[in-house]
Amino acid sequence: MTLVLSAESLRFAWPGARTPCIDIERLDISAGEAVFLHGPSGCGKSTLLSLLAGVLVADAGRITLLGHDWAALSGAARDRSRVAHVGYIFQQFNLLPYLSMLDNVLLPCRFSARRMERASRDGTARAQAEELLAQMGLDASLWQRQAMQLSVGQQQRVAAARALVGHPEIVIADEPTSALDEDRREAFLDVLLSACRTNHSALVFVSHDQRIAERFSRHVLLPEINRAASGEPA
Amino acid sequence: MIALFAIAWRSAWNRRFTLALTVLSIALSTFLLLGVERIRTELRENFSSSVSGTDLIVGARTGSTQLLLYSVFRIGAATNNVQWKSVQALSAHPGVDWVVPLSLGDSHRGFSVLATTPAYFEHFHYGNRQALRMREGKPFGELLDAVVGAEVADKLGYHVGQKITLAHGSGELNVSEHADKPFTVVGVLARTGTPVDRTVHIGLSAMEAIHLEWMGGAPMPGVKIPAEQVRKFDLTPKNVTAALVGLKNRAAVFAVQRWVSTYADEPLMAILPGVALDELWGVIGIGENALLLMSALVALVSLAGLVSVVMASLNERRRELAVLRAVGASLRHVLALLALEGALVTLLGVTIGIVFAVLGIALLSPWLQSQFGLALHLSEPTLNEWTLLASLVVAGWVASLLPGIRAYRLSLADGLSPRI
Repeated sequence: MTLVLSAESLRFAWPGARTPCIDIERLDISAGEAVFLHGPSGCGKSTLLSLLAGVLVADAGRITLLGHDWAALSGAARDRSRVAHVGYIFQQFNLLPYLSMLDNVLLPCRFSARRMERASRDGTARAQAEELLAQMGLDASLWQRQAMQLSVGQQQRVAAARALVGHPEIVIADEPTSALDEDRREAFLDVLLSACRTNHSALVFVSHDQRIAERFSRHVLLPEINRAASGEPA
Repeated sequence: MIALFAIAWRSAWNRRFTLALTVLSIALSTFLLLGVERIRTELRENFSSSVSGTDLIVGARTGSTQLLLYSVFRIGAATNNVQWKSVQALSAHPGVDWVVPLSLGDSHRGFSVLATTPAYFEHFHYGNRQALRMREGKPFGELLDAVVGAEVADKLGYHVGQKITLAHGSGELNVSEHADKPFTVVGVLARTGTPVDRTVHIGLSAMEAIHLEWMGGAPMPGVKIPAEQVRKFDLTPKNVTAALVGLKNRAAVFAVQRWVSTYADEPLMAILPGVALDELWGVIGIGENALLLMSALVALVSLAGLVSVVMASLNERRRELAVLRAVGASLRHVLALLALEGALVTLLGVTIGIVFAVLGIALLSPWLQSQFGLALHLSEPTLNEWTLLASLVVAGWVASLLPGIRAYRLSLADGLSPRI
């Protein structure tokens, strides 16, 4: 199995904090793997995700995405690399309210030539976006609707389709189900997991909700690997 | 890049009401700045165009500013007059083309009365060598004919055929009226934006006629000469207040000036109107400095307002920029988006402001002319105005970029896990 994301001797402290908030010896994510990363609030989940996505840079140790060290890249290069290889599903969905469903899904292709190229490998990027929306169970009649007119569940599925378009090597999901009720949560997990399998994308799914853990092939309890897990704010 | 334009357009359309306010605020700033600047330049223009086409103004020896003040602006009074034979000698000078004698001192309901010859209407020019035009009627021909300036006619409601009486001396309340010799308005001049608008013009011989029975500034008791009989008298003036002089060749201006100042029979002086106008402006130019200061303050306040409006509307967009950054837009993309919108909004605002200013000048200039005697003209923007417009555009544009840089610093972490 090839490694998509790999963290080694990782240490990170927020500016001004005396004790580190992340201290992880090793964390590897392989291609196609579905990882459930869980732990109570304040154990550093969001900080770890920011480090994995190259938004924050570690104080010590290294994180490599497909063999490239985040720390070795400039800010602009990290931006490019992130949009090219990482699909991110946000807790707040982060849709642009004035764009249509379809245009929101196509956003990563607008900003990354690689995502565009991979999205249009078997046709057009638009066709792939439509296919992903259909996989998410969103009816074609909704595709031109503005994001601000969508329900919470619909918005979350659009956000997932956006993370998956152009087949990024890894999808990072930060508590995406916290705004969904139980039925919708299960339905959302169904489509997300199967879409990641179909697209051979690794998935790092962060949640504090133990009830959905059984859906994932691998579980990582963050306080177990993070030696710095303490009362730091998430 | 096309896709980026599409996003920029949708985003802008989504915020169209806020943006419309920004555009309006920029337009108002532009309008205000251009308006104040235009008034400032036109004020000076109006002033320096009070007289043109006249090479020399000749009067009794006094200060050059004083001579200019009473001969052109009808302010103050001459301390001494010029004898008629000196005027005749001046007319006979080989370098002199024409001489228009001016005689001042009487008034009509607060407006100055200027006695002159019909040549005045031909030779007196103002502005960019514009001749006087008749709005109504014709120049005076009969002895007791009067031609009034536009403001006199408008304020007092005069038309051709109106009978008026003149008063001795100046001022609103005059006890000694020349009521026995009423004048008839035969012409009304078109507006010039110069003191001519506030003047009643009569013939030199008429001035002589209404003062026949006067001596030493007061009517002689017991002497009454009816209007019908004045023509029997010699109405050649004995003296005048000043004279406008046109030369055959402008190059002779200093020679003639010297001839006048060394004239043996009485102490005279000749001034160059342009030079004297500049000198006078130097004195009252402090008013212009005040306007300049006001221009600067208006510019400062409108630029600050512009920056704050743009900044406020961008603060509103922090979340949107954060989302864009989070879904992969680089700093370059975000800045391009902001720069594009900032440039378009500023240019649109400034353009609308220019349209406001042009419409304002076109629509308000008759009113300004009649209320304030200020003639505003539509013309190509001056260098100053171009500078102002450019600084508005640059300020608006830069203002739209600054928060972008700020947003960049905050937005990535913000977009991934927003704190609301």
